[in-house]
Amino acid sequence: MALNPSDDALAELSVPSTAKILIAGGFGVGKTTLVGSISEIRPLRTEEPLTDRSVGIDDTQGVHAKTTTTVAMDFGRISFPSKLVLYLFGTPGQERFWFMWDDLAIGAVGAVVMADTRRISDCFSSIDYFERKGTPFIIAVNCFDGAPRFQANDIRIVLTLGPEVPIVMCDARLRDSVKHVLVSLVRYVMSTKSSSQARLA
Amino acid sequence: MTSRDGDADRWLDRDAGPVVRPYAVTKGRTLPSGGALLGLIDIVVGTGERTSDGFWQGPEHRRIMSLCRRPIPVVDLTSEMDLPVGVVRVLLGDLTEAGMVRIIPAQQEPEPDQRLLRMVLDGLESL
Repeated sequence: MALNPSDDALAELSVPSTAKILIAGGFGVGKTTLVGSISEIRPLRTEEPLTDRSVGIDDTQGVHAKTTTTVAMDFGRISFPSKLVLYLFGTPGQERFWFMWDDLAIGAVGAVVMADTRRISDCFSSIDYFERKGTPFIIAVNCFDGAPRFQANDIRIVLTLGPEVPIVMCDARLRDSVKHVLVSLVRYVMSTKSSSQARLA
Repeated sequence: MTSRDGDADRWLDRDAGPVVRPYAVTKGRTLPSGGALLGLIDIVVGTGERTSDGFWQGPEHRRIMSLCRRPIPVVDLTSEMDLPVGVVRVLLGDLTEAGMVRIIPAQQEPEPDQRLLRMVLDGLESL
């Protein structure tokens, strides 16, 4: 990969490096809990124009036919001593906010798709989205108290995932558990990238 | 598309209620001039240039200038401004065009490289 030409300037200005990870999954699956367990949560307002025929494609000529939709979302922020800032974005759940997903997904390290075994189908649309976009993702099963426990393999079959996609059991309330989820994602992304480079070589 | 009659037109201007208000600070523009869409984690840096002639600087522009004296990611700037990200993007477009800020793209196009991934992994593991 080519070096970024502004690397020198970045060092001079002491500009932080930034990266982002998406946290997806159905409503109430624990996305905000997970983000809050490991990072400082901050609010983000988005008020995006929507047209009735082209969601996600903006066009100034269409202003008169537009309406706007407000999405208040949170994001998490972790600053590291290495001057890296990692952002965790919970993806808005409802399908009408999918125009925002593209914005969030571009340049992301990858995604954590959270699943609840009591409502496993809630995460199907997130999986579909990331598969379509080619965004690497892992599954984090949020083990709610009283929810039935399953083996990772059973979950893999239900979600029709290939053997390579990691499935991690977690408790979104616990920092160490969340850390394990994020580390698993980054390791997985690194392994997929190096194996695809090996194939190219 | 712009000349539709009927029910939809009733929701224009004041009738549309507060939902259109945020874009008033951009004079109704929903896309930044220049067209390049800023990434949420791209970084904004003030260039130290003075206002160029003919550039009308609103209070929101000034607020951005005071917030980006130190390099600041778009998402943090937006959170501080308490304005929708679409609005902040338009304002940043104005300031970029006026030469008052510079946008440093996050090093992730089209996707993060191994060096950045390693930084993320090391950071997370040290938590």
